[in-house]
Amino acid sequence: MGAQPIADNLFTDDNMTALIGARNKQTGHIFFPLPLTENDDIEPIALATRGTVWTYTVQRFPPKTPYAGPADPMNFKPYVVAYVSLPGQTMVESRLTGVEPEDVKIGMEVELTAIPLDPDAPADEQVMIHAFQPV
Amino acid sequence: MSDVCIVGAGIHPFGRTEGRDGMDQGVFAVRQALADTGIKWEDIEFAFGGSAASGAADTMVSKLGLTGIQFINVSNGCATGGSALNAAASAIKSGEYEMGMAVGFDKHPRGAFNADPAAYGLPNWYGEAGYMLTTQFFGAKIMRYLHENGLSTEALGRVSEKAFRNGAKTDHAWRRSEVDLETIMNAPMISDPLNKYMFCSPAEGAVALILASEKKAKELGGPMIRLKTSVMRTRPPGSFEVFAASIDNERGGTATELAAKAAFEQAGMGPEDIDVAQLQDTEAGAEIMHMAENGFCAHGDQEKWLIEGRTEINGALPVNTDGGCLACGEPIGASGLRQVYENVIQLRGTAGEHQVPGDPKTAYTQVYGAPGVAAVTILQR
Repeated sequence: MGAQPIADNLFTDDNMTALIGARNKQTGHIFFPLPLTENDDIEPIALATRGTVWTYTVQRFPPKTPYAGPADPMNFKPYVVAYVSLPGQTMVESRLTGVEPEDVKIGMEVELTAIPLDPDAPADEQVMIHAFQPV
Repeated sequence: MSDVCIVGAGIHPFGRTEGRDGMDQGVFAVRQALADTGIKWEDIEFAFGGSAASGAADTMVSKLGLTGIQFINVSNGCATGGSALNAAASAIKSGEYEMGMAVGFDKHPRGAFNADPAAYGLPNWYGEAGYMLTTQFFGAKIMRYLHENGLSTEALGRVSEKAFRNGAKTDHAWRRSEVDLETIMNAPMISDPLNKYMFCSPAEGAVALILASEKKAKELGGPMIRLKTSVMRTRPPGSFEVFAASIDNERGGTATELAAKAAFEQAGMGPEDIDVAQLQDTEAGAEIMHMAENGFCAHGDQEKWLIEGRTEINGALPVNTDGGCLACGEPIGASGLRQVYENVIQLRGTAGEHQVPGDPKTAYTQVYGAPGVAAVTILQR
């Protein structure tokens, strides 16, 4: 067994090609993620994989539970959390990867990828989360 | 309809009080409010009260006296205190009661509020992947606001500097020491652009307010502090709230804007008529956004206002004269009522070292919080 996504119903497929969003069939309103409970008015859709950073912040301290990533205060690595605007759809909250916090700019173009929640975990036990990286 | 007056106010100092639970801090505030009004518990006809983490408010009758009164518990997130006041005011306006009480209290553990994704309708991965932090929301929201409105991070530092300066002068505040701008700007970052001096902390405290009809207030003979309006509103579409895994591309208004507009309409006043304001400052950016959302200045003018000292105690529109949440901490159930308490003593002219000069006649409060609620009051003497 290789790296696994952190949850079902997060990515469209095992290759983690796109995120699954939710579309309200009556109103057309698109949001993320799929609701926990089934609803006749909601259908899953594949979200766009490219967008722009609308805003961001940096998580500078290790979060408490329910956080499941590396939280040792001695070697905690701050991570960037952004809202990525996907044109015509919604803005998705996501980590940014491949860019240092100091270099993040509002408006920068980014594309979807997947990163391990704990990069130091053995490869076959890795849990993958969504992230966007600069194009 | 009778005008509603605030005839008494009591506060348990905010901060940390070892050995006294949240409920007992509430009882302390009630007794002080009764003494301030010059009445006994037996004179109180009804009460509304609430806390987020310290139990059901109505159980305090076992400490105050089993007089059999109507005591309704209010649970409305960050608007708990504001909603209790709102309900108490309605009970008097309706003519059903002459005098009653609104009380709010809380005692939270140290550190940021811990939250469970399921309680917000979110999947577990949202918490596991490290998104379940209120501090991230505040950072991301003000990051965008500063960018859109051409404001610098130093504006955030100026808000904190003012908060600690005012807190140092306020008996009920928690943080009682001034911190200079340079120290603030060089502090460790928590969630960019907000650093450790720019966030309030969960804390402890309690406030009780005694409300009466105009007729009853005249009988009591104290200063006539009129509650001109008390409004609570929930969020409109397109607002930006905590724990949102997605937000709409199309941006909308805010609960605060709705509450402020309704409050000014009901009071027959505008922002220019207000002499002193207490605005929600969960973090320094909130005060900046709320200066504009409540209509006191244009979006983008805040930094100029701060540099010119317009929101200082001796400025044109003093804001958060007791140091706000930044200096007092945030006991959720009590926070909104603390703002009103501060305005009552400002309008009476008894605020001491942090008294606004020039005999203020009108005073404004605004709370905002999860899950997108806001409450506004306007007092007039």
